[in-house]
Amino acid sequence: MRKLALSDQILMQIEKPARYIGGEYNSVIKDKSKVDVRFCMCFPDVYEIGMSHLGIQILYDMFNQREDTWCERVYSPWPDLDKIMREKRIPLFALESQEPLKGFDFLGITIQYEMCYTNILQVLDLAQIPVRSRDRKKGDPIIIGGGPCTYNPEPLADFFDIFYIGEGETVYGDLIELYKQYKHSDMTKRQFLISASQIPGLYVPELYDVCYNEDGTIHDFGPKYMEVPEKIVKQVVMELSDVCYPDKPVVPFIKVTQDRAVLEIMRGCIRGCRFCQAGMIYRPTRSKNVEILQHYAESMLTNTGQEEVTFSSLSSSDYTSLPELTDCLLEKMEHQHVNISLPSLRIDAFSLNVMQKIQDIKKSSLTFAPEAGTQRLRDVINKGLTKEDIFQGALEAFQGGWNKVKLYFMMGLPTETYEDIAGIADISEEISELYFANIPKEDRDGRVTVTASASYFVPKPFTPFQWASMITPEEFTKRAYYVKDRFRQKKNHKSLKFSYHEADITILEGLLARGDRRLCDVIYDVYQAGQIFDAWNEYFKKEIWEEALKKHRIEIGFYTYRTRKTDEILPWDFIDIGVSREFLVKEWERAQKGIVTPNCRQKCSGCGAAKFGGGVCFEA
Amino acid sequence: MKLRIKYSKLGNLRFIGHLDVMRYFQKEIRRAGLKISYTKGFSPHQIISFAAPLAMGITSDGEYFDGEFDEVTTSGQMIDALNAVSVEDIRVTECVMLPEHAKNSMSSVEASDYRITFSDDTEETNLLLASVSDFLQQDSIVIMKKTKKKEREENIRPGIIKMEVQDASIYMLLATGSSYNLKPELVMEALCRHAGVSYDFFSMHIHRLETYLKEEGRLLPLYMAGTRF
Ligand code: SF4
Repeated sequence: MRKLALSDQILMQIEKPARYIGGEYNSVIKDKSKVDVRFCMCFPDVYEIGMSHLGIQILYDMFNQREDTWCERVYSPWPDLDKIMREKRIPLFALESQEPLKGFDFLGITIQYEMCYTNILQVLDLAQIPVRSRDRKKGDPIIIGGGPCTYNPEPLADFFDIFYIGEGETVYGDLIELYKQYKHSDMTKRQFLISASQIPGLYVPELYDVCYNEDGTIHDFGPKYMEVPEKIVKQVVMELSDVCYPDKPVVPFIKVTQDRAVLEIMRGCIRGCRFCQAGMIYRPTRSKNVEILQHYAESMLTNTGQEEVTFSSLSSSDYTSLPELTDCLLEKMEHQHVNISLPSLRIDAFSLNVMQKIQDIKKSSLTFAPEAGTQRLRDVINKGLTKEDIFQGALEAFQGGWNKVKLYFMMGLPTETYEDIAGIADISEEISELYFANIPKEDRDGRVTVTASASYFVPKPFTPFQWASMITPEEFTKRAYYVKDRFRQKKNHKSLKFSYHEADITILEGLLARGDRRLCDVIYDVYQAGQIFDAWNEYFKKEIWEEALKKHRIEIGFYTYRTRKTDEILPWDFIDIGVSREFLVKEWERAQKGIVTPNCRQKCSGCGAAKFGGGVCFEA
Repeated sequence: MKLRIKYSKLGNLRFIGHLDVMRYFQKEIRRAGLKISYTKGFSPHQIISFAAPLAMGITSDGEYFDGEFDEVTTSGQMIDALNAVSVEDIRVTECVMLPEHAKNSMSSVEASDYRITFSDDTEETNLLLASVSDFLQQDSIVIMKKTKKKEREENIRPGIIKMEVQDASIYMLLATGSSYNLKPELVMEALCRHAGVSYDFFSMHIHRLETYLKEEGRLLPLYMAGTRF
């Protein structure tokens, strides 16, 4: 029996002890005396969320295939355990070995959203590892970050030794080899980091200097040493079908957010919505071939016993072999009682047909993401979805027996007017009208409901909107009230629902998304003031953030409410995502004129990602 | 075909709750490739039912579930198939076929026996062991039972079918199931009070040995309702 890091007393007094005991089916135990490198992968949020993340499962599997490395996992202790660990000075430990993280060689942290930044500090601090990179010595774990937020890693620059920019499957091997040399020689940490910075895709923040202009913008950003590269080129896997994939993912004991087998069908998206960071940073779009996916579906289901399978992709409808793949899964559903869940599908005849087979229509709802209320604004954001498309989809859905529709919108988009947001209520009303006009009374089963929800637009690095300003939380709330009122005035208002997001958290997300190194101290102080789990409404405390910002004389408006000039040096400019700055500028200009840009399959717009030599850019 | 499967839940699995163990087995059965029956409809689920839930922190060698199967092989093969795809702290130890109209495991349960061992050989432990026979002499043992809203008195003496000391451990056979269910922690708490020792759940280890049904006045392990095949 593996000895647990926490005593029975502690495990019995906290919520869900299963979060901390490891031992799940398919988790990997190795003989630690036979490995050279101890790696721990961390998702800095609660177990149930962290365990649902595909990226960690991919890397966990990849590292554990190496004989010299044992990769384990750790997640953020929930506040109940956090408190006990502080009181009793219990060091944070990895799930598999139950051994303290401070004895590991690497701690790899995946950074998926901005509001987990304080949780990163929590993990380091509970692990009793110095929180700032400059305070860590040779012998302390190397802290390496990955994931979408590393496309602007600057607000976290002080806390990480290395950021891995791009897809994890490419250069970790090189880093581990280099690390082994470092570990077994008298190489200093600085020498190690300088060598690491020469591996493509690895960014070592302490090797770079920034100076600022008087107005607060960046004057200059560059490496301190000759041999350290100026630009970091993101890592991409070009042959997605050949790359390793976890066909034995860990099966949690407790129910987690994504409690199913996940098939990654594509990376990237051809669409080029101008607000979407994923749509830019994962270019070019690459797909896995359908035979490989069928094989993985089979082996994952056998190896996990999962009852449900789903896809991972930004836009599943753009996967060219979708019909073949769904056929194969439908057949499994027939014979092996597998449930299928299909996210990110465009609503059309094909998807409705599939969904009719896999869902209980009465219980399920259909989702559309028009994102904006008028065609004008949808053109601005390059959301290639027209009102006709939505109406056509909704009509077919109603005829197919559905009567619940969900609509996603954003508010605070560049150039947005009150007329645009009034459109949110209009389009919702028109959809309900469609129902009453086309579905005869005798066929109506239950009441039609159209649920619209609006989120608060956050401009993200490496999108055409990276120069755009955000609206203030007050303005957002005002607009939300306005829309709510419009809904109330509609004839079918009883069939319509409107909800909107919490503005206070989102504005901080906006701050961190496009922040620079000066925010490190703010994050540090916020954490020191006791703040963790910012992404959770019940734990988020606006005042703590406001106080820390005030203390460091940081104006939130400088980062959020300011429209940047296109020649300003942005904190993330040292990263090369393949998509060129010229393309983004052009897209920003076209947005303001409301000109749409075709998707990669309609016509290549020469964004620059073709330089990686594959994917959709080279499809016949 | 209706099968009854007996398993052990050991070691660190004591921190996995009853509902999660049920979910665990649903997956283990699929991994093992056993042909369990499913309900019809949109989200089909396995036809399976578990007996006598075990509280968190307690281990067991006498856990059971019943399942309806479309196809079976042999008892031995099915046990092996399950254990081949199991975590180490779950072990399937028995698999029998039930007669057509057998009561399900949940409603058959009448009693279970437990072993309580102690982490230290202290004076208090010895005091506790020494007071067992005196404890049992009482006609009624009244405890305060807390439910969500209120507290009420309850005489637990009738629920203690047997209780004895062997090799510095306490063994007890307690009424279990839907008609009357007595938890071993409650008995230990009452015993501590009787002996004048402070109750500490963490200084002892409770282990369930077996779960029983009643047939013609006799208690039989649950698996004896069926036969190996
Ligand atoms: S180079 Fe062309 S095809 Fe390739 S990602 Fe860019 S726009 Fe799309």
